[in-house]
Amino acid sequence: MNEITNRDKNNFKWVGKNTQRPDGPDKVTGRARYGDDMIVPGMLHGKTLRSPHAHAKIISIDTSEAEALSGVKAVVTYKDIPDHPLLAPPYGPMITDFHDISRNIMARDKVFYDGHPVAAVAATSERIAKAALLLIRVEYEILPHVLDPFEAAGADAPILHDYQYTLGSDPKSSKPSNVFRVASSERGDLSKGFAEAEIIVEREFRSQPVHQGYIEPQALVATAAADGSVDLWTTTQGHFVIRGYCARLLNMDMSSIRVTASEIGGGFGGKNNLYSEPVAIRLSQKTGRPVRFVMTRSEVFRATGPASGTYSHLRIGAKKDGTIVAAEATIYNQAGAFKGSPVGRSVDTFFSAYSIKNAKATAYDVCVNRPKVAAYRAPGAPMAALGAELAINELAAKLAIDPIEIRLKNAVQDHEQSLSGVKFGRIGLNEVLVKAREHPHYSAALAENQGRGFALGYWMHGGGLSSVNANLLDDGTVTIATGNPDIGGSRSSMRVMAAEELGVDISLIKTIIADTASIGYSHLTAGSRTTFATGLAVINSVREIIDKLRQLAATKWDVPVENVAWEAGQAVCHHGDFQALSLKQLASLAPKVGGAIAGHSEINATGAGAAFSAHIVDVEVDKETGFTTPKRYTIIQDAGRAISPDYVEGQMQGAAVQGIGWALNEEYIYDHNGCLQNAGFLDYRMPVASDVPMIDTVIVEVPNPNHPYGVRGVGEPPLVPAPAAVANAVENAIGKRMGVLPLSPPKILQALK
Amino acid sequence: MKKYNITASVNGDELDYSCYADQTLLEVLRENLQMTGTKNGCGSGDCGACTVIVNKRPVNACLILGVELEGAIIETVEGLAEGSTLHPLQQKFLDHAALQCGICTPGFLTMSKALLERNPDPTETEVRYALAGNLCRCTGYDKIVRAVLDAAAEMRANAS
Repeated sequence: MNEITNRDKNNFKWVGKNTQRPDGPDKVTGRARYGDDMIVPGMLHGKTLRSPHAHAKIISIDTSEAEALSGVKAVVTYKDIPDHPLLAPPYGPMITDFHDISRNIMARDKVFYDGHPVAAVAATSERIAKAALLLIRVEYEILPHVLDPFEAAGADAPILHDYQYTLGSDPKSSKPSNVFRVASSERGDLSKGFAEAEIIVEREFRSQPVHQGYIEPQALVATAAADGSVDLWTTTQGHFVIRGYCARLLNMDMSSIRVTASEIGGGFGGKNNLYSEPVAIRLSQKTGRPVRFVMTRSEVFRATGPASGTYSHLRIGAKKDGTIVAAEATIYNQAGAFKGSPVGRSVDTFFSAYSIKNAKATAYDVCVNRPKVAAYRAPGAPMAALGAELAINELAAKLAIDPIEIRLKNAVQDHEQSLSGVKFGRIGLNEVLVKAREHPHYSAALAENQGRGFALGYWMHGGGLSSVNANLLDDGTVTIATGNPDIGGSRSSMRVMAAEELGVDISLIKTIIADTASIGYSHLTAGSRTTFATGLAVINSVREIIDKLRQLAATKWDVPVENVAWEAGQAVCHHGDFQALSLKQLASLAPKVGGAIAGHSEINATGAGAAFSAHIVDVEVDKETGFTTPKRYTIIQDAGRAISPDYVEGQMQGAAVQGIGWALNEEYIYDHNGCLQNAGFLDYRMPVASDVPMIDTVIVEVPNPNHPYGVRGVGEPPLVPAPAAVANAVENAIGKRMGVLPLSPPKILQALK
Repeated sequence: MKKYNITASVNGDELDYSCYADQTLLEVLRENLQMTGTKNGCGSGDCGACTVIVNKRPVNACLILGVELEGAIIETVEGLAEGSTLHPLQQKFLDHAALQCGICTPGFLTMSKALLERNPDPTETEVRYALAGNLCRCTGYDKIVRAVLDAAAEMRANAS
């Protein structure tokens, strides 16, 4: 049962209606071209030699035998990738340090994880490229390694980077540390708050890193031309970011690199980063031929992603009436080999759905011998929410208060701010909680061995740079070009918003993703920003077209442009007897009068809305085997406005199942040498169709006042509370605290003993 | 290394290809025949993105060798539609918004086609188990399962 609430359904012609996605037909017929569907004449095949060690010094690399193999055209190592100095402070919330990127894409003096690239070859076939890898001799001096973020933060841990001293620690660190920085936000008086508390819940949690799990491995083709320019085809969430990173890293002009984003086979944050692209460019420059790289699934697991594994500790204190008076949390986020785990978002997530007078959250960014973490759908948030939500549920249970009631009592309100100072405007939290309480799922009966979980998630969406070109063609059709790869249906939502503005049928509008040379800078398709930010640029662009058409009509009618309005797809003038001029009529007139009509917009969008997602989930635990089966799942979420409801639901449903995997199954298994043992989909088991039920959705619409249609963003909020909700359901099914994810059968059997 | 010449029917066309003994059908389709509709998600038979139908049985194209297919009848996603008329499964995937990124879609479509040929009236549970070898990370499977059930109903109605 899927319902839409809080909408005046009569206001819009297209917004809020389900329309067939424009990229759909190509995707169901096999015509859509993804990263490794590009075949270029003369193309060479690239392959990467990767470290078999978790932590080692590189003593020497001998590529001579590989280079001598027939069919091998070039071999590159760190010597072919420019070095860059360490980024100096101050650091923003997101760190882009080319010192680290250079070392992550190709190890320099040390390898820091199993799978770390040490050399790459380009050969006339993949078979020869693979054979060449076996001929590269690398001498290593193996070093002690550390995998767990809490251990890595300790005084005796092996140190990855002898130049790294902890920022923000108290006292100031005097020796190198794996902790890059400690981020913290605080308000009120914590000790006073806890002194007032009549009940205190204290809990700790551990979680394993999880992979984004996109089904399409990283794949690209780089073509370097004789004039120094480069064409790059790659599967990415942000081709402008890839262009900028490649140029900076390889000391090239940005304008000399043209990046085309392929159709993208999933990303979830994991395709925001650079991996083989600069290496492929160097190999293409060396050989004068196009070079293709396609990662194997094993390479994807060993060297890309994941989201941080964590250790966290929380204390929450409340009055007997359920008023939370104090809350404190600390989390250790594993950064992987290089700094940059999402500490800021972890800090902001813990308690920001609640109005708590005295609160503090602290997050440690800890380097360990694993691949450098990548964003994963609300990066930093789900494991913070895991702790906070389970602790609040325990508080509610001890006080005999309903989990939704305790949240309604403490819910953050309009115009308050998050713990780290994000100011909320109008938010839909109360509406979401009330809808959840009313939902029949919340009061449905449970069978034996079943438990119900509830959790709430908060996420603040992104805005940022977006560019759009809109062209009106002389037959009255419109093309809309954006700079954002379409990962969740954005071509559909852009088309809907353009049609709504223009007042014409959506079939007249084509949406494409332009390459980096053809449109202004557009930031990543990430942070659930695209429908909001790029959507604003679409609306601006189309409004520019409408203004030009009004001017055209005004000229034709010889009336002031202020007297011409745009209504239902045509120019009208109510100041006299004028026959309305349709979009099509004006479009055909335009070339004869003043030239082609186009609109464009380059913006830095601000005013993205916060969103809240509430999850109700029932699981059944088999007490003989410890196996957990999700039986029923309902998500209630504020979307602001659902431009394309089917795709909003799809985002919520997909996130729920990712959360089920995070909570129950997914984990990396390393051996005692620090080598990944389950680098494949058989042993890193993501949920399949038979593991999960239908996922019911309720879209709540409390419009974001900063967007003409009220868009907030939808992709990330539904992952935030999902692992917490599932874990809470398991706790309730077996009547035990469960603090270590994933809740796989051995852990449940252990708890039941 | 020796290459073998193979003749097989691909989507109704008799095609010749020459391949090495260790080349998979997936490599043959994508590299030799440049039919890139069949996707490579893992290369180890764990994700189902490369599902094709060989002699009426769904198989992972990454787990079968090109040299095994002399005289075989192979169906891929490119052969589902008849001209510009989509197969009911393709149409229902669009109608139900059963795809997001779309990389797993060819494999889900071919596996679902094989299921409905074997069992035209599956239950939800039967659909879920038939598709359990196909990974989708975007949709949570909900809309995929609905699309297959709806396509099955339509195909039964058209057949009667």
